[in-house]
Amino acid sequence: MAQMNLLQAINHALVTAMTTDERVMVLGEDVGHFGGVFRATSELQAKFGQARCFNTPITEQGIVGFATGLAAQGQVPVAEIQFADYIFPAFDQIVNETSKFRYRSGGQFNCGNLTIRTPYGGGIAGGHYHSQSPEAFFTHIPGMKIVIPSNPYYAKGLLLAAIRDSDPVLFMEPKRIYRAAVGEVPEDDYTLPLGRAHIVKEGKDISLVAWGAQVSVIQKAASMAQAEGISCTVIDLCSLLPWDIEAVCDSVQRTGRLLINHEAPVTSGFASEIAATVQSECFLYLEAPIQRVCGLDTPFPLIHEKEYMPDEHKTLAAIKYAVNF
Amino acid sequence: MAITERNHLQHIKSIHNVDVIKNGFVDIPMLQLLDAQGNLLSQELELWDKKTALRIFESMHYIRILDERMVSAQRQGRLSFYLACTGEEASVIASTAALADVDMVMTQYREQGVLAYRGYRTEQFMNQLLSNALDPNKGRQMPIHYGDKALNFMTVSSPLGTQIPQAAGYAYGQKMAGELAITMCYFGEGAASEGDFHAGLNMAAVLHCPVIFFCRNNGYAISTPAHEQFAGDGIASRGIGYGVNTIRVDGNDPLAVYLATQKAREIALTDHCPVLIEAMTYRLAAHSTSDDPSSYRAKSEEQDWELKDPILRMQRHLEQQGWFDQASTEQYCATQKSDILNALKKAEIQPKTNISEIVTDVYQEIPAHLARQRDELIAHIQRHPEHYRSTNMSDKE
Repeated sequence: MAQMNLLQAINHALVTAMTTDERVMVLGEDVGHFGGVFRATSELQAKFGQARCFNTPITEQGIVGFATGLAAQGQVPVAEIQFADYIFPAFDQIVNETSKFRYRSGGQFNCGNLTIRTPYGGGIAGGHYHSQSPEAFFTHIPGMKIVIPSNPYYAKGLLLAAIRDSDPVLFMEPKRIYRAAVGEVPEDDYTLPLGRAHIVKEGKDISLVAWGAQVSVIQKAASMAQAEGISCTVIDLCSLLPWDIEAVCDSVQRTGRLLINHEAPVTSGFASEIAATVQSECFLYLEAPIQRVCGLDTPFPLIHEKEYMPDEHKTLAAIKYAVNF
Repeated sequence: MAITERNHLQHIKSIHNVDVIKNGFVDIPMLQLLDAQGNLLSQELELWDKKTALRIFESMHYIRILDERMVSAQRQGRLSFYLACTGEEASVIASTAALADVDMVMTQYREQGVLAYRGYRTEQFMNQLLSNALDPNKGRQMPIHYGDKALNFMTVSSPLGTQIPQAAGYAYGQKMAGELAITMCYFGEGAASEGDFHAGLNMAAVLHCPVIFFCRNNGYAISTPAHEQFAGDGIASRGIGYGVNTIRVDGNDPLAVYLATQKAREIALTDHCPVLIEAMTYRLAAHSTSDDPSSYRAKSEEQDWELKDPILRMQRHLEQQGWFDQASTEQYCATQKSDILNALKKAEIQPKTNISEIVTDVYQEIPAHLARQRDELIAHIQRHPEHYRSTNMSDKE
């Protein structure tokens, strides 16, 4: 085991993947010699050569289209989109090509070896073009898998699983905690299952669900609630597509209450999907309305970032509302 | 209406041997009118007037000073972010000088020189950079994302290249409205890799839009050098591919930039068509305050380009014309330095935008669901003011 931050864990996963499978290639803007603007791909070019870790021109549609073709040929591309805010020129490739490659050919062709990595989320004074959480758009695309780690241990294990998975995966990295999240990470090769949630803490009064950087926010809220005598289950969803319906519903059936927290705007955010499923599966167990503590339905505001964020105080207020309902 | 017969092969000659056009390299020269010593390289020019030349010179100095001060203010933690245009002042400012004030300008994000030339005031720069309540964009965007309707300067957007097809559309609108105005669209050679560049140039050409596409080819897109960005002959060769009038200029030569842009504007306005200008320059600055170029380029390379400093070249030209006054330049620079620092101090103590603005301008009218979200947010903050000490809740609006 070694102490690593989330970026180092991702770098470690990439080194492991490239060492164990020579088909693994890393591409994207500034990922080569420079090692990426956040340094997630640091030293990869020096270790594995320019043919396997290379800069691309600034064209997100090109990066994803190229990587889709590369995957279809049988290589294992890990494409980086520098910020999730800039992924949208590639939306057509992802929605119409990457995700439908297998389906439209009746399984003759696939690009399942593809992984797209992209940093997302607020809290870095990045304004609306360096802060967005666009995960919900991508959860509406049959054929894609969406994975979001919340700490270094999960980052390495889930990224290795994503790279080796036989379907295309969008791997979204919470950049706010790239350096702040530090933990023990095995230096060995390991994977964690996609589609499985992680129960961080068991409680009896309410289930709290989040992913990425917001997991630490609901953990903080859970500690604050604990001090007021409220016991929370904390669930790190880890995968959004497919998501672990069983783990969440099982928890809600025991606590009778659910709160979902995400940074993205509340309307059509992924909390809506979870809430709809849980009310359907757990209708008679619910003792309070499902709480959504989310971003406002506005672009991500630079100067009002603090107020916009679904922080631990808003979460605690919603926990108390649900418990006292 | 009768359909006329077309022949899309009409302009094509036939050949009878297998002759591949290799490397796709067209030899596009670069317009240069001043050498590094400021000597005129052509005697057949209609030169600029003294007033214009001095205004360009002062704006170049202003931007150099602003950039230096703001980079150091960022290092002191007074700004969250900054992005300098050091080395590219001639490309941006001399091109703007060749426009009319009615021309719309759409930039990427490294073109603060446009604003300086058009008269944006120091306190306006500071209010945006400090994201305070006096920023017309209401503190919503990161530093350097300026926008000013009065100066026909479209608000900056971070995504690369998105302004390029927008500029084509805006210019088409200007033509349809019968305005004697064009659109000037700036971007870098890295942004020209985006799909939007190709879409924008092609549409502007096909739809005869009076727009100038001004590419600052400064050699780097963050860490990525131009040769990893494209394999052809720069950006100019693409203009030819799209059927767009094209000129390549020495971007560190203010006179070449000025006269090329003046000509481009005349063509765009008179012939209703786009013109592509590729200005060959160098990003002496880091990409931004989040970047450190020492890890990807040689110091000696930067030093070579420092010798081609456009401000120095402009000064030598002014000296040769007998237009340079050392004392007044020094005084101008000293005054600007102190004005900038004073304005920074003032902007720092301005309140931030009122919290009620969090839901405005998303739509023209605030819809009910956003009004409710605002009210719930304000009620939450009022219940827990200790957690939101920096929030501006004042009633006066």
